[in-house]
Amino acid sequence: MPHTLNSPDKMKGLWFLLALVAVAKAEKSFTGDQVVRVDVQSEEQLKLLQVLESEEKWNLDFWLHPVSTELPVDVLVPHTHLAAVKEYLQAHNIPFTVMIDNLQELLDQEKAEMKENHLREHSTRSFNFGAYHRLETIYSWMDTFVAQHSNLVTKLDIGRSYENRPMYVLKFSTGGTKRPAIWIDLGIHSREWVSQATGVWTANKIATDYGTDASLTSLLNTMDIYMLIVANPDGYVVTHTNNRMWRKTRSKNSGYACLGVDPNRNWNAGFGGPGASSYPCSESYHGPSAHSEIEVKNMVNLIQSHGNFKSFISVHSYSQLLMYPYGYTCRGAPHQAELDSVAKAAVQKLSSLYGTSYKVGSICNIIYQASGGSIDWSYDAGIKYSFAFELRDTGRYGFILPADQIIPTASETWLALKHIMEYVRDHPY
Amino acid sequence: MGLRGVIVLVGLMGTTWSFNATTIRPEAVSTDTFARPETTEETTEQKGAVAEEEAVEDVMATGELNPSHYPAQRAAKVVQHYLNTRYGSPYKLFGLKQVQSGNAEDVADSGRKYQLDISVHEIISDTKENCSAEVFFPRGVKQLSPQVQVSSCEELLKIDANSEEEALYQQYKTNKTLRTEKRLPDSYGHIDPEMTPFWHLGIVASSFIMLNESTENTLYNVAQVANITQLTTENDQLKFDCHVLLHDMVSQEIPQWKMLFTWSPAGGVKVLHTEQLPHVHDCEKHPKTN
Repeated sequence: MPHTLNSPDKMKGLWFLLALVAVAKAEKSFTGDQVVRVDVQSEEQLKLLQVLESEEKWNLDFWLHPVSTELPVDVLVPHTHLAAVKEYLQAHNIPFTVMIDNLQELLDQEKAEMKENHLREHSTRSFNFGAYHRLETIYSWMDTFVAQHSNLVTKLDIGRSYENRPMYVLKFSTGGTKRPAIWIDLGIHSREWVSQATGVWTANKIATDYGTDASLTSLLNTMDIYMLIVANPDGYVVTHTNNRMWRKTRSKNSGYACLGVDPNRNWNAGFGGPGASSYPCSESYHGPSAHSEIEVKNMVNLIQSHGNFKSFISVHSYSQLLMYPYGYTCRGAPHQAELDSVAKAAVQKLSSLYGTSYKVGSICNIIYQASGGSIDWSYDAGIKYSFAFELRDTGRYGFILPADQIIPTASETWLALKHIMEYVRDHPY
Repeated sequence: MGLRGVIVLVGLMGTTWSFNATTIRPEAVSTDTFARPETTEETTEQKGAVAEEEAVEDVMATGELNPSHYPAQRAAKVVQHYLNTRYGSPYKLFGLKQVQSGNAEDVADSGRKYQLDISVHEIISDTKENCSAEVFFPRGVKQLSPQVQVSSCEELLKIDANSEEEALYQQYKTNKTLRTEKRLPDSYGHIDPEMTPFWHLGIVASSFIMLNESTENTLYNVAQVANITQLTTENDQLKFDCHVLLHDMVSQEIPQWKMLFTWSPAGGVKVLHTEQLPHVHDCEKHPKTN
C-alpha cells in the first residue's frame, strides 16, 4: 500500500533530511517548485516514469525513485516544468498529488525553525511566544510546560481528530472535584493562526501569574480553567504544509472530492439553519449532521460529562469583535443585557493597553446569521457566560497577522479574558 | 419535555430566569423547540463551481442603522474599496476606521441607498479623517456593482506621497527588475520592505475587483497577494500581472483572481483585465483503483 500523506513523523523526518540536502546544494531557489507524489498503477506506468527520470531536459529531481508499482514515486518538479509534467501524467492517466506546493516556503520556514531550536534551551522561558509554531512544536512545548507547572496544570487527552491526531486540553486546577469551570477553545478554524498563538501565550500567562496576581489566584482557588489550544489539529497541519487558507476539518465527504466540514457550523444549535451551507465544497459546510465531526464531538463529550462549566469562550480571528449568542437567530438571548454589559467592560479593558478597538454585540447582529455555532450550543446547554472573540486585525493582514503582533494581541486579549473570568467567579449560578 | 424544556421555553419568551442547574443534560439541547431538526444528507443539485450559501435575507434594516451592526459595516467597507481604487498607490492605502452613523432606504424597486458618516484611515501616513459617503446597491436580475459617492474627505485625499511614488516609478520604469513569486505577505505575515509597495499595489488593484463584486451580502478583504510580476512598461505606465486571494467574511470563501494592471504616479492604478480563477478544492487523495 502506498504511504499516505499522514504518516507524519516518519515522512516529515525524511523530507527534513532531504530538504537539508537541497539547502546544501548551494544557494538555489526552489520558489514555486513542487514535490509531487506519483502513484504508479502498472508496470507500463513505471516504465514511463523511468523514462521521465532519464530525460535531463525536464530537470526533475526524484526523491523516491520509480522502482516498483508498490511504492510511491516522489518528484521535485521545477516550477518552469510543472504544467508540462502534470499534463504528461494526466495524459497517461497516472494519478498524482501535490505534497509540497512551494518548496522554497517550506525550506525558509524550516531553516528559521532550525535556527530557533538551536538557540532554544529545554525551558519554556526561551520558548518564543512571539512566533507561529507548527503543531509538533506546540505539543512538545505543552509537555515542557506541564512539567514545569505540575502543581497547577495537567494535560488531558480528549480524543482524536479525524486524521487521528490527539486533541489536548490544558487543565488549570488547584484541586477539588469538578469545580465550576471556564472553557476556552482556540484554533477551531485552522487558518486563524493568531488564535492558537494567543492560546499558548495565555496558558503561560496563567501559570506564571498564579501566585502573584491576587485576582487570578483567587479565581483558581475556586474555579478551574480548561484550555484547548488547537481545536482543529488536522486543519492546522494543512495550513503549514499545503494551504495557508485552510479553515475546516479534513473529513471525507461522501460523493464529493472536497474535504472538510466547518467545525463552527457543526454544533447542535439551530443546526442546518441559515448561515451554513449544505454544499460540502463550501467553507461553511455544516456537515451531514450535528456533531458529525469528531473534533466537535470530543469537545461536546467533555463539556457534557463534566457538567459544571460556567463559561464557554471560543477564540477566532479576525475582525476585532467580542460577541455573545445568538448566531443562529437574530432574536435576543435571554441574558443579552448582562452579556452585553460584561462584553463592553471587557473590551474597554482590552483597549486600555494599545488602543485597539473592538465592537460588541450578538453574532447575528455584528457579523452574520450563522447556525450551528459553538457558543450558541453552550449557551443553550445552560452555560450562561458564552462569548466568542474575533482577534486582530480588521482586514489589512487578516489571517496572516505578522508574528510581531502575537504578543500584543495576546496581552490585550488577556485583559478582556480576565475580566470575563473574574465576572464569572463573582457571579456564581 | 420535562421541567428543563419548560424553562427553555420560558427563556425563549424573553423573561429573565435563573438557571439553577448543576448538571447539563443532553436532553436540554436536543429538545430545544427552536432548534432545526437535523437535516439528512442532501443529494444536492448544486451546480456551478461556487456554492450558494443558504443565506436567508432577513428584511434589511431601514432607516437609522446601528453603526456596529453588519449592514452599515458592509456598506462602509465598499467605501474603503472605492477610495483605494480612486486614490490608492504604493504609498497610499485606505482603511475603514469606524462607522459613526448610518442610514438606509429603499429606492423604488431599483435598489438600496446607504448614507454613512465614517472615519477613514490612511494607513501609511497614519492620518485619520471623517468622511461622508453614499453607497447605492442596485437590485436587478444581473448583478451590478455598487455606486459610491464620497464627500468632505478632501484632507485625506490631499496626502502627499509624490516623492516616494516618483522614486519607485523611476526605479522600475526602465529596469524591469521586479519579479517575485513570494507570497505577500508570507504565511507568517512577513514582507520584505522592498516588496511592501507592491503588496500595496496588489491591494489597490484588488480593490477594483472587491468594489465590483460587493453586495449587501459580502465583506471583502485581500487575504494575500499570491504573486505579482512586472511586465514591460507600456505608455509610461508600469505594468503588472498579479494573482490575489480575496477573503469574503460573509461566505468565508477565498476567491482567487488574476489581474493585469498599470500604475504611474500621474495615472494611478488602471486595471486592464481581470479573471476569476476556478475554485480550487482540496481534493481527497485520488481514489484507489483497486
